[in-house]
This record gives sequence, C-alpha cells and structure tokens, in this order.
Amino acid sequence: MIGSPLLSLLVAAGDTAHASDHGHHSSHFPVALPTDGLGYAGLVLALPLISMILNGVYAISGVRSKLPAWTTVACLGSAFVVVLNLYLKADIEHPVVVPLFEWINLSWGTGAVSAPFGLYLDSLTLLWMLFVTGLGTLIALYASEYMESDVGPAYCRFFGGVSIFLLAMGCLVMGDNLLTLYLGWEGVGFASYMLIGYHFTKPSAVAAAKKAFIVNRIGDLGLALGIYLTWLHFGTLEYSTLFEKLQADGAISAAQQAMAGGWEVAIIPFLLMAGAFGKSAQLPFYVWLPDAMEGPTPVSALIHAATMVTAGVYLLVRTFPMLELHPAAAPTVAWVGGATALLAATIGMAQYDIKRVMAYSTVSQLGYMFMGVGVLSTFGAAAHVFTHAFFKAVLFLTCGAIMHGFAGQLDLRVLRGLRHVKGWRVVVWTMFYASLCLAGFPIISSGYWSKDVILAEAFANGRPILGGLGLLTAGLTAYYTFRVWFRVCCGPKPDDHDLAKMMGDDHHGDDHHDDGHGEEDHHHHMPHAPKWAVNLVLSVISLAAIGSILLVPEHGWLEHMVAKSSGAGGVGANHHELPADAGFWADPHGWMKYVASTVGLLGMAVASWLHLFNRSAADRLRASLLASPLKAVVRAMENKWYVDELYNALIRMPLKIKGHALHMLDRYVLDILVVDGLGRLPKMIGRTLSPLQNGVLQSYAASMAGGVILIALLILVLPMLLDLLGGAA
Amino acid sequence: MAEAVVPEVFGQLALGHYLILSAFLFAIGLAGFVTRRNMIVMFLCTELMFQAAVIALAAFGRFHLDLSGQVMVIFVLTIAAAEAALALGLVVLLFKRQPTLDAEVWSEMRDA
Repeated sequence: MIGSPLLSLLVAAGDTAHASDHGHHSSHFPVALPTDGLGYAGLVLALPLISMILNGVYAISGVRSKLPAWTTVACLGSAFVVVLNLYLKADIEHPVVVPLFEWINLSWGTGAVSAPFGLYLDSLTLLWMLFVTGLGTLIALYASEYMESDVGPAYCRFFGGVSIFLLAMGCLVMGDNLLTLYLGWEGVGFASYMLIGYHFTKPSAVAAAKKAFIVNRIGDLGLALGIYLTWLHFGTLEYSTLFEKLQADGAISAAQQAMAGGWEVAIIPFLLMAGAFGKSAQLPFYVWLPDAMEGPTPVSALIHAATMVTAGVYLLVRTFPMLELHPAAAPTVAWVGGATALLAATIGMAQYDIKRVMAYSTVSQLGYMFMGVGVLSTFGAAAHVFTHAFFKAVLFLTCGAIMHGFAGQLDLRVLRGLRHVKGWRVVVWTMFYASLCLAGFPIISSGYWSKDVILAEAFANGRPILGGLGLLTAGLTAYYTFRVWFRVCCGPKPDDHDLAKMMGDDHHGDDHHDDGHGEEDHHHHMPHAPKWAVNLVLSVISLAAIGSILLVPEHGWLEHMVAKSSGAGGVGANHHELPADAGFWADPHGWMKYVASTVGLLGMAVASWLHLFNRSAADRLRASLLASPLKAVVRAMENKWYVDELYNALIRMPLKIKGHALHMLDRYVLDILVVDGLGRLPKMIGRTLSPLQNGVLQSYAASMAGGVILIALLILVLPMLLDLLGGAA
Repeated sequence: MAEAVVPEVFGQLALGHYLILSAFLFAIGLAGFVTRRNMIVMFLCTELMFQAAVIALAAFGRFHLDLSGQVMVIFVLTIAAAEAALALGLVVLLFKRQPTLDAEVWSEMRDA
C-alpha cells in the first residue's frame, strides 16, 4: 500500500536482472535442468563448513579471544553475500539445479536409488536462504558480545554449533532432493540439541536438550517413512522429476495416483506432516520448544524462533503438490495449526518468564503458518515465516539482552521501568516495535500484513471457524505481547536500590574478567546495559522488520517469489472472481484488515489497562478469577494445560513401568537363573567330583581299571541286550 | 614251515591260552599296583601289565600270521625300557625329598 511505488521499483529491478540474464544465455531454461555457471552456489554450504572446521581448530589450539566469533560472522556474512548474488543472478522464474557431486547412487536387480548432492535454486530456496543467512550473520554478531563471558573452548563450541546449524540448514533448504533435505533436517536437529545443551553441567539444560532430540525423533520417523514411500511409489526423490510426475495432469492426476497407489501413497502427506509438526513444534509435539529456551538466547532467537522451526513450513510448502495426495491432508494441517496457535497463546498469557512467553508465542505463530499452508495459502505461510523471523528474533534478542544485563532475571513481576534506565533505549524501543509486529498493529507493523493474508484466506477457503480461532488468537497474542512490554519497560522509575533488587542470581561468569577490581561488586549487583554489538544487531534486524513490510503485501515481491516455486499451487488459490456489486463482507481479503487490527488493538487495550495504567489490577483480576468458577481454567493455563503432565502419565509412565518390569525380569530371572545358573553348573559338577582326585595313586589306578571294565562291559553286553530286545520284538 | 620248528607241546596251544595267560598276568599286575604301597613294586607291577599286553600282541600276530604284532612288541619293549629309566629316575628324586618309598606320602598332590 504505502510501499507500492518502492515495491514496483523493487520488482522492476528484479525483472531487469532476469532480462539481462536471459540475454546472456539467449535461451529459456527448461524446468530444473542441470546448469553451469552457478557452481559457486556451493559456497553457501562451504563457508559454514569452513567456519565449523576453523572453530574446531581454535578449540584444540586453545584460542582465548573473540576470534571464533569474528570467523563465524565473516563466513556467514560471506554466505549471505553469495545468496544475495545468486538472487540477483539466478533466473528465479525457473527452478535451476546446480549439481555439486555424486552422493548416493545405488542400483540393484530391478531397482535404483540416486540422490546426487545438488542445489535446487528457485525463488522459495532463495527466499529462505536470504533470511537464514542474513539473520545467522547478525545473530552471530550479537552472540559475540552475549557469550563473551565464556571466551575459551566453550566460545569455540558455541560458534562451531552455530556454523553446523547454518551448514545443515543450507542442506535442508537448498538440497535438490528429499534425501539431502533429510540430511539437513537431522543436522539442524543435532545442532539444536548441541546448543540447547550448551550449559551441559546444568541438569535442566541437559534434560531440555534430550527432550528436544527425542520428541523430534518421533516426527522424524514420520518424515523418513514418508520419504521412503515417496521413493517406493514415484521412484525418485529429486524435486524436479517428482513434481513433474505429480503435476503431469494437475491435481486430478495426483488424486488418481493416490487412488491407484492405495493407502501407501495416501499416507505420504500425513507422514511428511508428522515430520513438519515435530520440527516446527506443533501439536502434539510442541512440548520441546518451550523447554528449549534453556539454550543461550542467541540460539533461541536463531534456531528456535526465526529459522529452524520454520523448516516444517518449508517442507510443506516445498512438497505442497504432495498434499493433494489425500483430500484430508490440507484440512488436517490447517486444524493442527489453528489448535496449536490458540493453545500456545492461552499458555503464553499466563506465564511469568518473558523468554517462555516468547517461546509459546513462537509455537502459536508457527501454528498460524501451518494454518496458512492448510487453507492453501502458501503465500500467507511463507510471508508470515519471513516477517516473523525478523520481529521474533528481535523479541528474543531483547529478552536476551535483559537477561544478560540483569543476571538471568526474566520474571516480568520483578522487572519494571526499563524505559527510564540509562543505556537501554535501543532495547526498549526495538522491543516495542517487534511487539507491535507480533500484535499485528495496523499498517506500520510487518506482522499485520502477513497475518491478515492467512486469516483472510481461512475465511475465503470456507473455514470460518478456523478463521475465528485465528482471530481470537490474534487478540490473545496482542494482549500477552504487550503484557510483557508494559510490565518490563514501563512502570515507575526504578532507583538504584530497586535495580539491585531486580538482579537475578545467575552471575554468568562475570567474575572471570574483573577479579580484584573494585568494580566487581558494582558488576554483580547492578544491571549492565548492552554494548555496541547488541544494539547494532537489534537496530539492523528491526530495520529489516520494517523493510519486510514493503515485500509482503499481496501481489508484491513475496507473492511473486512463492508463485514461482513448488508452492505455487497455493498462491491465489482462493481468489474467486467476485461480482462487482458484491457487498463489503463478500470478500474476506477486504474486511480482514479492519477486523484483525480491531481485535489486535482490543488486546493491546486490555494489556494497557491491566499492566500499564492500572498495574495492580492484574493481580486483583487474577485473585477474583481464582475465586470464581473459572478457577480451573486459570490454573490450567498457568500450568500449561497440564500437557507435560499428561504426556508424563500417558507415555512416560507406562514406558517407565515397562522399563522397570523388564529390568526386574533381567535382574531376577535372566541374571540369576540363566546367566548365573549356567556359570554355577560346571562349578557344582566340579565340586561334586573333586574329592575323587585324592592324591592316592592306587585309587586313580582302580578307577581307571573300573572305567575300562565298564567300557568293555558296555561294548560286550550292550549288543547282546539289543539282540535280545530285537528278538523279543 | 614255521609249524615244523614249533615243539609238540606248543602245537596244542590255541590263541585262547595265550590270551588267558595275558589276562592273568595283567590282573596280577593291576592287583599288585592297587594293593602295594612301595613305589618300586608298583613300578614292577606296571611292567607286568606291559608284558601282559605284549604277550597278547605277539599271540595275535602269530594268530594272523602277521609280523606287525611282533614289530609292535619290539616298539613296546623299547619304550618300556626308556620309561623304566625315567620312572626309576623319578623314584630316586622322590626318595631324595622324602626318605621313604611309600606312595602314600605323596598323596597331598591333589585338589585342595
């Protein structure tokens, strides 16, 4: 809207770039044929690999400086430049395959499976890689300051983990077949595990890392089976041939194929979905993401908010044609997304830990994205991924800056008045803008544009209940977002005494760098404001969030990018021609802007009443709710709807009981009867017979003679006996 | 031709007689070995058992008109001689440790 002149300029610039590209090659690329000249795209993967190796070398050689951070920032920054270059050079109108090397190529009897290691460059890949590498670079820069108290081997390990993550994410997004995607999929899972468990001496961090890894395993099993069945039925895993087969005759063909292939084919979209729901923290797998906040905040921002958790959305947008293999697939995605969005939002409302509020808000926003995919709006989903990546990264990074400055304090009941404290201006106002985006404030926030697309498409696709759930969630989102901001940043001005009381009990190794100085006390008991790296990164990402407003609106750059990819089926799917005299309410795309922003503003108004103007009202409200029949609901929300407890009772307890039972079986039956019994048998025989070895020579001779006589008797008498018996018979 | 040289008395003898002699000799040897304590006597008894076996071998060889039985006898005798030297040496050594020939003395060489 306001950005349309700029927008058209941008699109025009893109077009000229393509035109010149065409002129250069003087012919159209056929769909996804191998191409030369873009081989340098491999650098996007090679640079994080180099950074990873260098960090390993630094760790071994005992580097005790910020060198690992600068190496990582440089490598990831270069990767971003390469991606940008690819975007300008590559022909995004047609997908392009850049073969790198032969990876897997097996053939036997009648079958064959091949997975060349190639890069599939299309608009969707480039869209994802642009924000993955861009945010990766910025957050690595932020982490250079955030992690500075750990300089040494742990610092190298941290940046090594970030590099592994970027490498794996590159494989996931850029791979030209499902097997490469799976490689990256498991790689990001490992990086996530490694970085959640960064403080590996802390039991809660170790438990959270294990939880993330194990819960993801369940979804990943689905993905692995889905890939296997895809190969079994379609005979290929490479996107270009796969989509050709799927889209031979459009949707009818896919449905017919599903009919012909039986349930093994119809189940494929659901298996892929299981993988996506696991990685992107949707029902029923979302429980790992809130716990993943045990990791350092830059990790939460990069992996568990902006990039890795959108891999599930990427998977479904990338394999969007496969969702047509079963008619119930897309509605399932939509409903799971909608339910997760609402559930996570209600939990987020009742949490006191600001980082946890943000975690539940991520789960909730990911739910929106899946709702977008499910109502056939891949554009809406991708747009929300794109805008969310920026503003959610800012929210996490500001939470991290507060946590860092206040020695681990994250309780919004304790923190207040940050707006009046010197040195926190950038944090406070970038957080404010990101909160506006999350709340969907009209026009000037990026979240407003992307969320509306999804909600409007939900109504346009004939799913008003789902759309209603989305609207309700939007209201709740606005409320809990501003609950955090008003509580933490507004309120009465704290004096030094109040600030000292706000400090948490985590000294995150401050005593390393100023022992013996008089400042030490000051450092421990007063918050320290963020320095240049944090402020710079927050400002740049906020500017990017503002910039993303220009790219998102319908018929803009982002829609163009999605429409040229495998997610094209969902772009404009619900745009029916409306009669010119149709009323205002006939087209949800028209009225959604007003309704959604009203709901958002309402949520913000409630938050401002309870947490800004009348700060004691929140406690009174809670007390009166606890006295009312709604008590159970409030308790349930504060306790995260007891989902963890439910899983404990339904899944962990039976497994634990089974484990104990098997342990008992092993210990008392197998060990004592079988293993020990087998050992005891020869011992008993030995003990019985050993008195025969009495050392008296004569008795040896006698028993020997006796034995010979016995054998002789047997030889002589046995045949006679047998003869007798035979005769009798 | 061989029969002609054999004296009359022996002509009456069948294989069975030799085997019975051999069995008696072996039984005497075994009984002596089991009942006596003197190591030299026990050793002599084993020699008796050897000779019993040797007689049986020679008798079977003769019975089958085959020289391999005799050949075996020569081997057995040679080995018995060597073994006698060893066994006597052992007895001498044992006697040096405990000045008695009683085998009972050595019965502590057993399972604890």
